[in-house]
Amino acid sequence: MVHRTPGVLASALAITRKDLLIEFRSRSVILSAVAFAVLAITIFFFAWDPTAVASVDLAPGVLWVIFTFSGLLGLHRSFGVEQPTRAIDALLAAPVGREAIYLGKLLANLGFVIVVQAISLPAVALLYNVPIGGYVLPLIGIVLLASVGLVAVGTLFSSMVVSTRLAELLLPLLALPFFVPVILPAAQATARLMNGRPVAEVSGYVSILGAFDVVFLVVCTLLYPYTLDQ
Amino acid sequence: MTLAPAEGFSVTATDLVRSFGSRRAVNGVSLSLAPGDCLALFGPNGAGKTTLLRMLGGLLRPTSGQATIEGVALPGGAEVRARVGLVSHQTMLYDALTARENVEFAARMYGVADVRQATQRVLQRLGADSFADVRVQSLSRGMQQRVSVARAIVHEPSVLLADEPFTGLDAGGASALTGMLAGLRDSGAAIIIVTHNLDEALSLCTAAAIMRDGRFVRLDSTPIPARDEYTALYRELSVDAS
Amino acid sequence: MKFSKLGIIAILAVVGTYVRAIFFTPFDALQGPAQKILYVHAPSAWVGLYLAFGLVFITSILYLWLKDPKLDRVASSSAEVGFVFTSVVLVTGPLWAKPVWGAYWTWDARLTLTLFLWFIYAGYLILRGAIDDFEMRARFSAVIGILGALLVPFIHLSVYFFRTMHPMPVLLKPSAPSMPREMLITLVSSFLALTLLFAWLLRERYLLAVDRDAATEAGS
Repeated sequence: MVHRTPGVLASALAITRKDLLIEFRSRSVILSAVAFAVLAITIFFFAWDPTAVASVDLAPGVLWVIFTFSGLLGLHRSFGVEQPTRAIDALLAAPVGREAIYLGKLLANLGFVIVVQAISLPAVALLYNVPIGGYVLPLIGIVLLASVGLVAVGTLFSSMVVSTRLAELLLPLLALPFFVPVILPAAQATARLMNGRPVAEVSGYVSILGAFDVVFLVVCTLLYPYTLDQ
Repeated sequence: MTLAPAEGFSVTATDLVRSFGSRRAVNGVSLSLAPGDCLALFGPNGAGKTTLLRMLGGLLRPTSGQATIEGVALPGGAEVRARVGLVSHQTMLYDALTARENVEFAARMYGVADVRQATQRVLQRLGADSFADVRVQSLSRGMQQRVSVARAIVHEPSVLLADEPFTGLDAGGASALTGMLAGLRDSGAAIIIVTHNLDEALSLCTAAAIMRDGRFVRLDSTPIPARDEYTALYRELSVDAS
Repeated sequence: MKFSKLGIIAILAVVGTYVRAIFFTPFDALQGPAQKILYVHAPSAWVGLYLAFGLVFITSILYLWLKDPKLDRVASSSAEVGFVFTSVVLVTGPLWAKPVWGAYWTWDARLTLTLFLWFIYAGYLILRGAIDDFEMRARFSAVIGILGALLVPFIHLSVYFFRTMHPMPVLLKPSAPSMPREMLITLVSSFLALTLLFAWLLRERYLLAVDRDAATEAGS
């Protein structure tokens, strides 16, 4: 039989499709992430003194806390689904490049966090009475830009921690310090937009997010093979 | 089985070594298999059998020595991995997907030209088409192993590496698996099978080796000694030698 | 306990420097006795944040390239000693800040950066504790070492947008150091002393790692 090594993007998308299909079938993790998001919105609401803090000042923090922790739920599942039957061995034995595996997992994780965000962003806007209509596109842009950075680092760490003891504990411990330079500018930019500042004012934050995405996408792709047996 | 140049052989290895730290898991293994050869690999746990298979499958880099798969030297990256199929006691399947989805996914990973057709063909060949659209989690262990073999051969590999494939199968499942592997062997694939199941392996294979401390301590090609004689040999070589 | 030559020199340098700092260096006119914490704080920051972390970064890259276990031992020893020095920075900083700034902690750029470097060190060391296989442990921690160093400029950049109130470095700046001569001599010698202390602790920790690996191998 003629062997034709599949292209990087085609293999990556096949892996993404497979991961999302598994997630769609079992739905357990995405449902818990969404439930977590809604619970968090509720708890923040009752811990909040509306006479002291305006909702536009609270909402950005609530949003990014939810995005961060619900994202972690999905990241842990990412390489976790490969473990019970050692499907990862079959994946690594296939003639696809390691960068395709990393990219495929990354895109699936991105899809996962986008679903959670697509539910929690309007939920926060609605329940906290923050009208986001005027700047919804720039806001979505910032959320996506930040999400790419979060999953780029998180996917790599997910690959590492699955083969260690303490996997569930280690992932947030390793990943959260790396999330800070993403969440900080993203939350600041969100706050500016919600306070009615012009979009031009957040360009500095956007450049930090963009630079983070580029640097960590490249470096994590290069480092991914080192998280596997060699 | 003799040492010979790589041409015409499906698998060759010359003084293959793999170290983990200062421990040599595989310590100088040489072998060669022609198309249609089947090597049964016996040995106690920790003898280096799995490490040897993982090297030949392109999953681990040899520390020293040479190996080839169809004339391509290891580690040959994707080119080598495309020619190898992998089966183990772990099914390497996704429980939430159906048998067909699992095999189709594997076919995509190997760049098989017509994914649907190749999947249908291999499921039929292994008698798995009746439960092709059932999720793997609801299949019996024997059915799962069938799907697992289908997944491993959908790209028609010329070398099949099987790591303890009989573990967890009942007698019926084991002989069905032997039948499938015999079919592959007869169609020209070279097979290396690591197992503790002497009955199935000896009925299937054209050669047998006993591995201990990273080396072959005995290597027999056809005719392999009779089963009872070989069992005694295996006991002696793998249990008492320390 | 037997001390190596390096150990004796390092201990003498540390003792000499801090005797001088406590008894023979004048108080700062504005900050009073609290300022003396600087002689521990600043050189610890140099060792923990720059020297040790830089060494982890370089040896991590080299490890992934050369796969020499020696490089992993240097990286892990440097991380462990650097973690201790960074902890010293995080403890001495608030002690100084309370009388001078009026608060133990502020979310100032340099403080935040130090705190996050401490988290990265902690993650690095905990990850090592969670892996038994030598080779895998070395590879994984090298990955964290490299990513951690690349993260530093981003933490710096993102927290820079909060205005910083941390005193600018007094020693390493382009214009002449702005400090009385006597204090300056004490400060410079504290940098030298703690660098020597780091070198000694690194060496001892490295030798311990060699022993430990030998024992693990003999045991297996």
